[in-house]
Amino acid sequence: MAETIIFQSLPSRPAPTQTEGLVPWAKANLFANWQSTLTTLVVGALLLYFIPQFVNWAILTATTVPNAEACRTPGVGACWGVITEKYRLIIFGRYPLEVQWRPLVATLLLLALLVASCTRAFWNKWLLVLWVVIIGTFFTLMYGNVLGLTKVTTDRWGGLPLTIMLSSLSMVMAFPLAIAVALGRRSKLPAIRTFCTIYVELIRGVPLISVLFMASFMFPLFMPQGVTIDVMIRVLAGLTLFAAAYMAEVVRGGLQAMPKGQAEAAASLGLSYWQTQGRIILPQALAMVVPSIVNNFIGLFKDTSLVGIVSLYELTGSLGLALNGDADWRPYKLEGYVFITLIYFSFCFAMSRYSLWIEKQVNKSKLR
Amino acid sequence: MSTTPARATASTKDIIVFDKVNKWYGNSFHVLRDINLNVKQGERIVVCGPSGSGKSTLIRCINRLEEHQEGHLWVDGTELTDDVKAIDKIRKEVGMVFQQFNLFPHLTVLENLTLSPMYVGKVPKKEAEEKAMMQLKRVRIAEQAGKYPLQLSGGQQQRVAIARALCLTPKIMLFDEPTSALDPEMIKEVLDVMVAMADQGITMICVTHEMGFAKAVADRVIFMDQGQIVEQNNPHDFFNNPQTDRSKDFLSKILGH
Ligand SMILES: Nc1ncnc2c1ncn2[C@@H]1O[C@H](COP(=O)(O)OP(=O)(O)OP(=O)(O)O)[C@@H](O)[C@H]1O
Ligand SMILES: [Mg+2]
Repeated sequence: MAETIIFQSLPSRPAPTQTEGLVPWAKANLFANWQSTLTTLVVGALLLYFIPQFVNWAILTATTVPNAEACRTPGVGACWGVITEKYRLIIFGRYPLEVQWRPLVATLLLLALLVASCTRAFWNKWLLVLWVVIIGTFFTLMYGNVLGLTKVTTDRWGGLPLTIMLSSLSMVMAFPLAIAVALGRRSKLPAIRTFCTIYVELIRGVPLISVLFMASFMFPLFMPQGVTIDVMIRVLAGLTLFAAAYMAEVVRGGLQAMPKGQAEAAASLGLSYWQTQGRIILPQALAMVVPSIVNNFIGLFKDTSLVGIVSLYELTGSLGLALNGDADWRPYKLEGYVFITLIYFSFCFAMSRYSLWIEKQVNKSKLR
Repeated sequence: MSTTPARATASTKDIIVFDKVNKWYGNSFHVLRDINLNVKQGERIVVCGPSGSGKSTLIRCINRLEEHQEGHLWVDGTELTDDVKAIDKIRKEVGMVFQQFNLFPHLTVLENLTLSPMYVGKVPKKEAEEKAMMQLKRVRIAEQAGKYPLQLSGGQQQRVAIARALCLTPKIMLFDEPTSALDPEMIKEVLDVMVAMADQGITMICVTHEMGFAKAVADRVIFMDQGQIVEQNNPHDFFNNPQTDRSKDFLSKILGH
């Protein structure tokens, strides 16, 4: 027999093309070939043209004095004075000026609650208690009529507090509802399945505006005489039902994508239907659809601006309220819109970043 | 793998009884036809047969992953019907190992094992973890307890799946082609674990085409074709002296090359 040949492994070498550093990066990403170079030049030229103009308008020639006279001077760019002058109206809407500390505190509490809910260290049963306490405090502060707080009816609520409250509460309520509907659409019982399907199709078939309109004007017609439900609650219900229908389809997509073997393994281990869904199927299915759910949340956050249709003045509505009635400041709506755009953007961007973090967390088990 | 001939460890008590069981998929596909089968406590059975012959369906009826439409099926003295309580009871006594492992990828190896004892068996966490570690040692994989399933090799995953099923201390273990999804070099480590388990006196029904395993471990080989049990015999006689044209044909195909 021949002598055994000893295997020798080759030493590892660095990759031939360097990919780190600014110059190699630009070469690879901006000037890789002539198409890429052309695109880079065109986009670069457009940026060079528009950015200075914007900076000029927004900063260099802008004025911040709350004086409409100063804004009308020729050559003046953005008139941020409109914000300095009107920010309380824009942010708090028609809420009585002298007690605006109440929505401020209430909203800060609500935001703190939302941040806590997004933090791993708070994920235990006390969070639920915290929710009940803070939501209770929120409505007490906003509505008053107890503890020496003056009564402020819901039609005076407005601005950012309303936007944040409507969107966070409807998200929190829509999410479990969406899960229930998604499970219902896969139920073995035809009655439940049909009911859930009809719900989803009905809601998806109409625009949010009409859902809100019906919640606000049609629903009371069906209530027994003398029974009224506050418009705020009706609108919350409308938003929740609307968001849940879309989210249910996203969740159902995640459920459909689960391999059958997971439920079978759970069943073979004796887990009940709810244990199987709660501990095996939903955690994985929801993890798969985190980006789409956050997408829904972001959509819902901005959709709250449609509650203007039923005379609730959230952030967008209160901007109109602040400027439409004031002939001096009306021309500077653009600056107002830039202002609330920044507010909307910072919330949506935070949500989007948070979704990336969640994705990383749930993908940990997939890393090798 | 040991090559000792099958020992008569089976008792005389029937733990599984199929009595003229019939099953259809949809209205027209008659997948199980007049199945009569008695399995003794402690008996080790290998089920083989061509693809689509109904082997998986047969063993999945035992823990009600599939339901039969005609006939009677008893497992450990309880008849399988729509009665959810009976199904729950039987599932606690029957462990199952799947071809695709079916571990829960979002839970660690240890959590995979403690899930059912904790939430179905209501065992305290600490006790469930101790028992799980014992099972992991048995399948020689205790050092991987904190990892996630997808971080393990196929053979390791299947051994975890076996340990998970054993955590319920089942009386019966069902295996549905446990080595078919594995690379050749991993098949042996899984079969070794199964052989070791066979020595413990647990009732085993194993769908497999690993004839070495069948010869070493099985008390009885059941050959299925087109939804029927065509032939059953001890492994020695079944392999050396098949009785039907179907089984001869099948054996020549799987052993012939
Ligand atoms: N849920 C189902 N609906 C309809 N037909 C099915 C279903 N599951 C299995 N079948 C069919 O029933 C037959 C028997 O399936 P089964 O899985 O029991 O076969 P098997 O003997 O295990 O085959 P294999 O060796 O390929 O696993 C096959 O023809 C299969 O296509
Ligand atoms: Mg099969």
